[in-house]
Amino acid sequence: MRTASEITAMFTGPQVHRDVYTSPEIYRLEMEHLFANTWVFVGHESQTPNKGDYFTTQIGDQPVIQVRHSDGEIYVLFNRCPHKGTKIAIDRVGNTGKFFRCPYHAWSFKTNGCLLAIPLKKGYEDTGFSESESAKGMTPVGAVRNYRGFVFARLAPEGIGFEDYFGDSLSSIDNMVDRSPEGRLEIAGPPLRYMHKCNWKMLVENQTDTCHPMVAHESSAGTAVNIWEEMGNPEPRPPAMEIIAPFMSPYEFFEKMGIRTWPNGHGHTGVHHSIHSDYSAIPGYFDALSEAYGEERAKSILDENRHNTVYFPNIMIKGPIQQLRNFIPLGPDKTLVESYIYRLVGAPDQLLARTAMYNRMINAPTSIVGHDDLEMYERAQEGLMSNGMEWVNVQRLRTEAEDFSQEAVENGTTERQMRNQFDAWVKFMTVSMEDA
Amino acid sequence: MAVSKDQVIDFIYDEARMLDEGRYDEWLSLWLEGGHYWMPLDYKQTDPHLVTSLLYEDMFMLRLRVERLNGARTFSQKPKSRCHHVIQRPFVDEMTEDRIVTNTSMHYVETRLDEQFLLALTAIHELAVVDGALRIANKRVDILNSDAAFGNIQLLP
Repeated sequence: MRTASEITAMFTGPQVHRDVYTSPEIYRLEMEHLFANTWVFVGHESQTPNKGDYFTTQIGDQPVIQVRHSDGEIYVLFNRCPHKGTKIAIDRVGNTGKFFRCPYHAWSFKTNGCLLAIPLKKGYEDTGFSESESAKGMTPVGAVRNYRGFVFARLAPEGIGFEDYFGDSLSSIDNMVDRSPEGRLEIAGPPLRYMHKCNWKMLVENQTDTCHPMVAHESSAGTAVNIWEEMGNPEPRPPAMEIIAPFMSPYEFFEKMGIRTWPNGHGHTGVHHSIHSDYSAIPGYFDALSEAYGEERAKSILDENRHNTVYFPNIMIKGPIQQLRNFIPLGPDKTLVESYIYRLVGAPDQLLARTAMYNRMINAPTSIVGHDDLEMYERAQEGLMSNGMEWVNVQRLRTEAEDFSQEAVENGTTERQMRNQFDAWVKFMTVSMEDA
Repeated sequence: MAVSKDQVIDFIYDEARMLDEGRYDEWLSLWLEGGHYWMPLDYKQTDPHLVTSLLYEDMFMLRLRVERLNGARTFSQKPKSRCHHVIQRPFVDEMTEDRIVTNTSMHYVETRLDEQFLLALTAIHELAVVDGALRIANKRVDILNSDAAFGNIQLLP
């Protein structure tokens, strides 16, 4: 059993120990501590729009249900019957009506989890059942917060509050939602589901790794540019050029685009501009936005072109294209990546068409961009088993005086956001450890 | 010039063989310029545009996909993948002067290094006869478990 001081020693600042990616014991501690103490993304409210609608997912390794209760509120419950442990819901989405009913012994529960009825209940009379855990019904998670449609939960009953945890990083969700003339997003179809044989943190770190696109993705982005040039640079550019070619932008582009970090492991690339800045305008969209917000405000919403915003521990959102990627840990060397897209309610369909195109071109198991990313993660997962070196380097543009409790904007190729994540990792791993 | 049902069926077999043998330039030349290769993400998906698909590729993307397979820095193809189609005799569902539609069940195997996976597929081809030759106007490939989580699918089912 590792102690808090041993966990703390795994991140030195310039380096992180490879066990954080490979050790089954560390993984188990992450599930027990990190994913219990942090605010973890569950789902979007539009996945459960009506009373009784539910959606099943995981918080860390914990199976949970997001459900719309009869009072209109969203609840997040552990997906387990308090009787024998049977999962209550197996479908990814569904509607359960006014109550959940366990298929094993027909115990039933209100959609807020409270026990409703048990067949032949007299069998529990005088057994002390009413004092038992099971009599309370399905267990709710520690805390739930619906922020502008995005549902987050903290498994632990006590801990950091939602606002303290996210702070100013919520501005990225704000910008994504503000891009709807009605200030509302709606889920658009099921997510891509892409299985990765690597640790979940590699994926999160890659979201702000701006020194890999022009290298790892040369085969897709570079080839796209070559084909287009061979064709004589036709305009309008093929959609693939708009979406994939910016990955080939030079180092200078990524240096200047900037990285911002916030306390508690959150951060984003694309402070000044990003690979999403030069997308063609969609007819009618700016007018719709101006009508809703006024021209000046509409312009300032669209001038924000944040690239990837990481919400620690395990999601990334892209505001300009209304995408959310959930990096769901399944083991020390196994991660399920679910990539969701959203409709900007009140905006032209062409925007959603571009978003759907981005999702499939970049993040599908069939994507020529995704292929090379997965290849790198899986090679790293295998390479880290080497005992020739035990540490991973995250030193790029590091300064001794780094203070992760302060917001900072730096050169876009810094690895500060990765260090920021490990700083938060240590904090939320150890806060509930006994020797902390 | 009209084509026979046998010619249509042979065409589907030939296309699968080209993919298995990696004759991609020949394969690309089967396509009509405005065609799309669609692989839905959802079971019985009807819309390729406003929800996510696994693939919905125009000729530019298909050329890029093929060209990339041979690139010097195509890291996920070092070493290269191989694929294998076993196809059932195609149903010719529609056959008029300007439109031919076939429906073909296939088992598709892809392999690389020590990994191998099997997909059960239904391919729907929309064909046209241009200058006497059969060409692909559109192709839709439904994976039986399209909503399952996959690792890399790198070649073309």
